[in-house]
Amino acid sequence: MKRYSAFAVAREALTGHRGWERAWRRAQPKARYDVIIVGAGGHGLATAYYLGKRFGITNVAVLEKGWLGGGNTGRNTTIIRSNYLQDPSAAIYEKSRALYETLSQDLNYNVMFSPRGVMMLAQTEHEVRGYRRTAHANALQGVETRFITPAEVKKIVPIIRLEGPRYPVLGALWQARGGTARHDAVAWGYARACSAMGMDIIQQCEVTGIRRDGDRVTGVDTTKGAIACDKLGLVVAGHSGVLAQMAGFRLPIESVALQALVSEPIKPIMDCVVMANTVHGYMSQSDKGEMVIGGGADGYNNYTQRGSFHHVEETVRALIETFPMLSRLKMLRWWGGIVDMTGDRSPILSKTPLQNCFVNCGWGTGGFKAIPGSGWGFAELMAKGHAPLTDSFSLDRFREGRFIDESVAAGVAH
Amino acid sequence: MSTRLATGGRLIDRSRQVSFTFDGTTLRGHPGDTLASALLASGRTLVGRSFKYHRPRGVIASGAEEPNALVGLGQGDRFEPNARATTTELFDGLQAASQNCWPSLDYDVGAVNAALSRFLPAGFYYKMFIHPRAFWKHVYEPFIRHSAGLGRAPAVEARDPDRYEHFHHHTDVLVVGGGVAGLQAAKTAGESGLRVLLVEQTGHWGGRAPVDGGTIDGKTPEDWIGDTLQALDNMPNVTLRLRLQGAGLYDHGYVLGYERLADHAPDAPGPRHRLWRIRAGRIVTATGAIERPLPFAGNDRPGVMLASAVRDYIVNWGVSAGDRLVVVTNNDDAYRTALAHHRAGLTVPAVLDARPEGGGALMAEAQAAGIRVLTGRGIAQVNGTRALTGVEICAQAGEGTPLETIACDAVAMSGGWSPVVHLWSHCGGKLVWDEAAAAFRPDPDRAPIGQDGASNVIAAGAANGQGDLSSILKDAEKAGKTAARDLGGTPSDASAPDAEQPAEAPLAPVWMMPQGAPHALRAKAFLDFQNDVKVSDVHLAAQEGFESVEHTKRYTTLGMATDQGKMSNINGLAVLSRALNAPIPQVGTTTFRPPYTPVSMGAIAGEARGPLFQPIRRTPLHDWHETHGAKWEPVGQWRRPYCYPRAGEDKHAAVAREIDATRGSLGLLDASTLGKIVVKGPDAGRFLDMLYTNMMSTLKPGRCRYGLMCSENGFLIDDGVVARLDDDTFLCHTTTGGADRIHAHMEDWLQTEWWDWKVYTANLTEQFAQIAVVGPNARKLLEKLGGIDVSAETLPFMAFAEGQLAGHPVRVFRISFSGELSYEIAVPAGQARALWDRIVDAGAEWQITPYGTEALHVMRAEKGFIMIGDETDGTVIPQDLGLDWAISKKKDDYLGKRAQARSHMTDPDRWKLVGLKTLDGSVLPDGAYAVTEGTNVNGQRNTEGRVTSSYHSPTLGHGIAMGLAHRGPERMGEVLTFMRDDGKTAIEARIVDPVFFDPEGAKQNV
Amino acid sequence: MLILTCPCCGVAADEIELAPGGQAHIARRGPDSTDAAFEEYLFLRDNPRGVHFERWRHAMGCGKWFHAARCTATNEVFGTYPAQTTEPPQEIRDRIAERRTDQPKDSRA
Repeated sequence: MKRYSAFAVAREALTGHRGWERAWRRAQPKARYDVIIVGAGGHGLATAYYLGKRFGITNVAVLEKGWLGGGNTGRNTTIIRSNYLQDPSAAIYEKSRALYETLSQDLNYNVMFSPRGVMMLAQTEHEVRGYRRTAHANALQGVETRFITPAEVKKIVPIIRLEGPRYPVLGALWQARGGTARHDAVAWGYARACSAMGMDIIQQCEVTGIRRDGDRVTGVDTTKGAIACDKLGLVVAGHSGVLAQMAGFRLPIESVALQALVSEPIKPIMDCVVMANTVHGYMSQSDKGEMVIGGGADGYNNYTQRGSFHHVEETVRALIETFPMLSRLKMLRWWGGIVDMTGDRSPILSKTPLQNCFVNCGWGTGGFKAIPGSGWGFAELMAKGHAPLTDSFSLDRFREGRFIDESVAAGVAH
Repeated sequence: MSTRLATGGRLIDRSRQVSFTFDGTTLRGHPGDTLASALLASGRTLVGRSFKYHRPRGVIASGAEEPNALVGLGQGDRFEPNARATTTELFDGLQAASQNCWPSLDYDVGAVNAALSRFLPAGFYYKMFIHPRAFWKHVYEPFIRHSAGLGRAPAVEARDPDRYEHFHHHTDVLVVGGGVAGLQAAKTAGESGLRVLLVEQTGHWGGRAPVDGGTIDGKTPEDWIGDTLQALDNMPNVTLRLRLQGAGLYDHGYVLGYERLADHAPDAPGPRHRLWRIRAGRIVTATGAIERPLPFAGNDRPGVMLASAVRDYIVNWGVSAGDRLVVVTNNDDAYRTALAHHRAGLTVPAVLDARPEGGGALMAEAQAAGIRVLTGRGIAQVNGTRALTGVEICAQAGEGTPLETIACDAVAMSGGWSPVVHLWSHCGGKLVWDEAAAAFRPDPDRAPIGQDGASNVIAAGAANGQGDLSSILKDAEKAGKTAARDLGGTPSDASAPDAEQPAEAPLAPVWMMPQGAPHALRAKAFLDFQNDVKVSDVHLAAQEGFESVEHTKRYTTLGMATDQGKMSNINGLAVLSRALNAPIPQVGTTTFRPPYTPVSMGAIAGEARGPLFQPIRRTPLHDWHETHGAKWEPVGQWRRPYCYPRAGEDKHAAVAREIDATRGSLGLLDASTLGKIVVKGPDAGRFLDMLYTNMMSTLKPGRCRYGLMCSENGFLIDDGVVARLDDDTFLCHTTTGGADRIHAHMEDWLQTEWWDWKVYTANLTEQFAQIAVVGPNARKLLEKLGGIDVSAETLPFMAFAEGQLAGHPVRVFRISFSGELSYEIAVPAGQARALWDRIVDAGAEWQITPYGTEALHVMRAEKGFIMIGDETDGTVIPQDLGLDWAISKKKDDYLGKRAQARSHMTDPDRWKLVGLKTLDGSVLPDGAYAVTEGTNVNGQRNTEGRVTSSYHSPTLGHGIAMGLAHRGPERMGEVLTFMRDDGKTAIEARIVDPVFFDPEGAKQNV
Repeated sequence: MLILTCPCCGVAADEIELAPGGQAHIARRGPDSTDAAFEEYLFLRDNPRGVHFERWRHAMGCGKWFHAARCTATNEVFGTYPAQTTEPPQEIRDRIAERRTDQPKDSRA
């Protein structure tokens, strides 16, 4: 793998950039792999990467029915934070955030992690108490957050309107080392690194069946033929239910559409991520200058990648209330992604009733931020059978009533 | 240089002038001009700078597809960035400013990027700026952000003074696009008698036809358009709207319309924009087609324009692009531009036709007019930097060796036409590749479908891939008839008008000019003009394995600019497919997302701004609180008084005073926001037994019982007092936030699980106000008001009475959330203020004191009463709160019972409710956690409890708190260590009984 | 932006009048159920990419719950019917069978 650097770019510039190699090899499936990961989104690719990097398992195929990074990895609002309330969530999201800090260097691919800060506004007394509690919890979890005053809010985000009129800003939970990253680059960077370790990333390869021997998985059928494996990881977000059905089990998952939109680009005006959960909206500004905006998810099962427009209206209304200067900007693009919501809105990283078949799904509206941590933990789970980061996120929690409920701290997750 | 011609311009009113400014210079135009036509008329060929390389750019198009001519409009609160000059109608006093340049449009420092462009290929930022780590955030990123971003941001404190509104519109047939196809489709559909809405995004009807010529039914297109409009006007079932764009198509026939009412007339009364939410049975997309540029080196220079745009400016606005216009094309249509330019008395030194055989009748007409036509030729490169001086021509088949230099000051290019398929695609309609036209067009076999599964979108005319006027009109007529028939209408048997236009020779696709252009030329051949994506960038993406069109788009940013690739997508796709050596349909097409062109945020928000953002629910006593200085707290949609500070008092002092007054004499609370749900019917008791953890069916009429409600998942969701009004009727009180939620919860179970039970529910929350009279003098007050026997014997604790109080019909509940002698008086909402005023008057002798939510909270905490949302957070079961007494052991079943039997719920190690008292009497921080030694597997500090409510108790003079602690009730007297939110500072607190005040209930039971 | 016809009041209701309620026809499991059965009742869902029988409430209208059969991939609606049923009515199944040869007759099977 040719290393990326400013010098390499300068050198190539002199020869018309003809020397750049493929970022990842074109691969055809082999008959057998030690591990097959289904789904070449961020989580699947990160899992493969850490299987290789941490456990030396490189006879790995990552199968993708479309194009890599083409699902929710490339359709989210790229927020990275770890200011979660419950211990298991804080652990995996903070591990993830910490990995993001050095991901560009690890992968030799600039994923543009920008720790510009994430601010969650408290606009009711109830929210103030919730975020104060989160700040207390975070202090013991090793997550650096702070509850800040309205004056500090205004200083960090000058375009905000503090005084309401409907919901005044009473303070905010501030995570200075939260931020954003370039979503496509995360998928591409992991893919390039996996490919360099000799793993096969096979695009346009849809899994059509799961092969088993009794209670044990033995491989998959695909549109490119049958492929055998010792271990199988299903990492397909909104389509987890469909894959689980092939594997013969059900999941506590419903797939719904989550919408996002961007404005036309403008010069830098906001240098952090702001989330306003009471009014249901969040916003950041991309490096390109677009205001990146998200809100709530539709409440009904949906695989269409388009949601209902009234949710967009609600979100935009909420943000104009919070940032009145948005009013004369224009919405450039609006899209939806299919997110997999679990019974407690926390993810599932778990063994399944089918031996050697593992599932990583249920990230709901907040999967992007978790990609490195999820891959780190899930690779360990697949390699060793258990992992401190993922053990609490097992499937059996729904039977035992052992939920990881984050709705306490935030009405909207993402 | 571009200029205003002496004659012509069908859309402008030459008799009048309007003045406007561009970058501070005053210029003039005519009513009917767009900002773009007026700028061109003023000789302004340089109007903006590109996104990445800051290259000088001029107007290239004449409509919504314009990528270059973006300006900042207006000033101050009305400033709008990124407005397209081509769709901005000119008005007197318009102020426009160029974008993305510093210090000025002419001398832009950022243009250094252009010189460095070879070091900034597609995706360069993924490969650079990796080391040192901290530099991305602090050095590289700020630089990139600053040079990107296009338009200036509105002022930090800008407050848009304009109004926006929403319309709902239901129609049988919606026709989008007011060109000849749209007019014909609307006419045909309208003749069937169905309701038709025809919308057009620009300010005039007829689209391109008047510019392109030909005849319709023997008339000029302009005359035919006039006649057809007249016919449509005469149909009462047809509605016509200009300046209304079909912006997005959604499921089940929902179309978003974006109407710009005042952008061209800022002083007009009414809203600036209007968002239409249209529901249509059938949608005809007559949205036309967009011309493609040709990829040749220097095609982005100011002065190089789309051929159709050059023609539009001549015919519509009487503006020439230059004196000497070279036309370069791969199809016949561009000859119309050569002819129009020639007819305007200007020079066309050459038409370069990339096709070896050239074109048909239009070419012959051009040649007959004396225009030199060179076939098999293209442009190798463009000379001149700011102003065009000429073009080097070359063989299209070759590698770009210049054959001849032709002097010119403008170039008109045409690479063919792409149907506007956006709306078709928004909701799942699929496309098919049309080899002959080299374009994607709607695939009628895979149309978007409506709720009934039938196709509900019909593409018509040029938007459906039709080329000549006659087939466009026939197709539109067919679309109108199909729509009418689908909806059960009977279309008239009138047939499509006859149209005539010169026959055209086939187009020859040109995806690179010349086809064998070397890297040096490819690196100057632009595909996406705004984002500076060149042919070489797409080649690089393909070379690096970004083979999916979505990958290439994201890697190069092709099609991601504010024009969303209207001009660039097909060219980019074709270049990619050639690089991959795969057919275009196999490489695919990118997804079209709404809106068609950017829609103002203000329009999306509509009227719901400021005070109308969300409705405020007001209790009947709201105004009294307002006039008595309430400090408000939002609670759901309500506002409740947090406290009533007096002059010089802060809120802490006010709360303390309110509590002292209440505990000492008499307090008064507006409890109207509490939910009040009547549950009635022979099975009401049985139903409530399922809903509450307690036994409610055994409650006697006239008595009250505190009840707990759990979700089926076992968690506590609400609490409140239930009163049995008679054998069949219960009144369930809920929390303020719970009224609607709990009512819905009840209805859900009643309607979908126990639908055979005879029970009705009604949410009467707003029908009754509830006034709590609280304190040692409460009974005296009620006796003074008179009408109801409130003696301890007649109205004991947890009983209620109905009757007249001070002449008002009331229900008086003797219940208490404060530990004081307390009556909650329910009164019809309309009489609440009168009763409240009487109470305030009568209570004066006991210094009656209104108190707010905070005093309420403190007093309940002093008594150890839990509060939903404080002690509960969706993860707490009643057993955690020591509320086992309120869980019936006799019942076989209630909602949540099975869930509470799961292993994690019965785990003795769960955290349970305790009282907490700091050793130094201070107030524990709300939300603080109690720590134990060591860390867990993930390195997080181990914890054993947390604070759920914490207050200073003015009654007791020290801090009090409630919390959940590991095996808490078993550990009375133990000291826990809580941490402040710095994670370091410890506060010690002792586990105590949560009832801090009057544990015997002496004050309440009097 | 869906339109569903409320079988109670007959109104073709816009989505903004409606509140979704998840998968339909899930039998309640009470105190005597096993952990596995109770988990299935509360959490496990079919989540099909195809025909989904689902609960809706005409929340901003008549207030009644009803069921709909809708394709989650295309939003085609095969019909709505009262919530007071334990399985989809035959006419709805027939319509699905007629329209969707690719779907099992009863996706709950």
